[in-house]
Amino acid sequence: MIVRILAEGQWEISEQHLSGLNGLDEQVEAAIEAGDEVTFASTLAALLEAVRERGTVLPDDSLEDSDLILPPADASLEEVRELLSDDGLIPG
Amino acid sequence: MSLMKRMSLIFRSKANRALDSAEDPRETLDYSYQRQIELLSKVRRGVADVATSRKRVELQANQLEQQSQKLHDQAQKALGMGREDLAREALTRKSGLTGQITDLKAQQAQLQGEEEKLTLASQRLQAKVESFRTKKETIKATYTAAEAQTRINEAFSGISEEMGDVGMAVQRAEDKTAQMQARAGAIDELISSGALDDASQLGQGDDIARELDTMSSQSDVESELAALKAGSSAGAQPAAIEGADSFPPTEPEREQLKEEGPA
Repeated sequence: MIVRILAEGQWEISEQHLSGLNGLDEQVEAAIEAGDEVTFASTLAALLEAVRERGTVLPDDSLEDSDLILPPADASLEEVRELLSDDGLIPG
Repeated sequence: MSLMKRMSLIFRSKANRALDSAEDPRETLDYSYQRQIELLSKVRRGVADVATSRKRVELQANQLEQQSQKLHDQAQKALGMGREDLAREALTRKSGLTGQITDLKAQQAQLQGEEEKLTLASQRLQAKVESFRTKKETIKATYTAAEAQTRINEAFSGISEEMGDVGMAVQRAEDKTAQMQARAGAIDELISSGALDDASQLGQGDDIARELDTMSSQSDVESELAALKAGSSAGAQPAAIEGADSFPPTEPEREQLKEEGPA
């Protein structure tokens, strides 16, 4: 699986690590739904850290698209909501 | 559905929409490449803009720090002259600056972070654009329009995701920089209005400096006067010579001056 952290790059993650990431992903999602900014910030940080730690960075010149995409580390809850609303932050 | 999955689907649907609008898929290769080059120069401009803002904030922080140091020195001087009220005033102004300096330093760090992120983004994009260009030439040389579609889709998906990412990063950096520019503008105005008493306007001075100057020139006068008094009571020369500026010398003094001649 290839995971992109926006504004940072892409990582290749082996299947064995995915379930752990999914657990963290669910926590982030729950925090977004609850509108809990504090929990959102801490769970997102943990999820991103897990990707960086367990993944292998793809070379800069690779042209692979990602299976999973994560918000930038400094994203606010509001920004992520906009990202998820299709015509949100992604240009063009 | 998971957050990670939803975000990737959104990116992908944007990429597909861009592809669908093309007639001959091979033409879209050149068109996309053109857009990649444009985006690359936009990111580089972004890096330069953020760097300019960072330098401006750095300069302001330095100016405020100089001013803060000056107020500290003034407070010390005022205390030395027994003017606690003036010292208090200087320290009050200094504490007003401290918050602004902390704020500017935080902005500076944030801009530094944006600058580094954008620099890395531009390096990644450059490598990908280069890689896309090679792939594009291969596809155009090897495949017919019909055959090319799958290959083009492959080449596109990765680069368009990157372009979406980089485009967003530039946008966010621009937004942050614009906010800070507005605040930096306000501080520049404060500095130039003299409200913060810009250190570069030394000499014109502020009210505390003026009062301290007046006080120290008064005390200079007092101590000189005291020296004069001490001198004249001892009948020493300096008193007579200094007195010559403001009072006509008395007869015996004139005689004395003649004898000595010009120094």
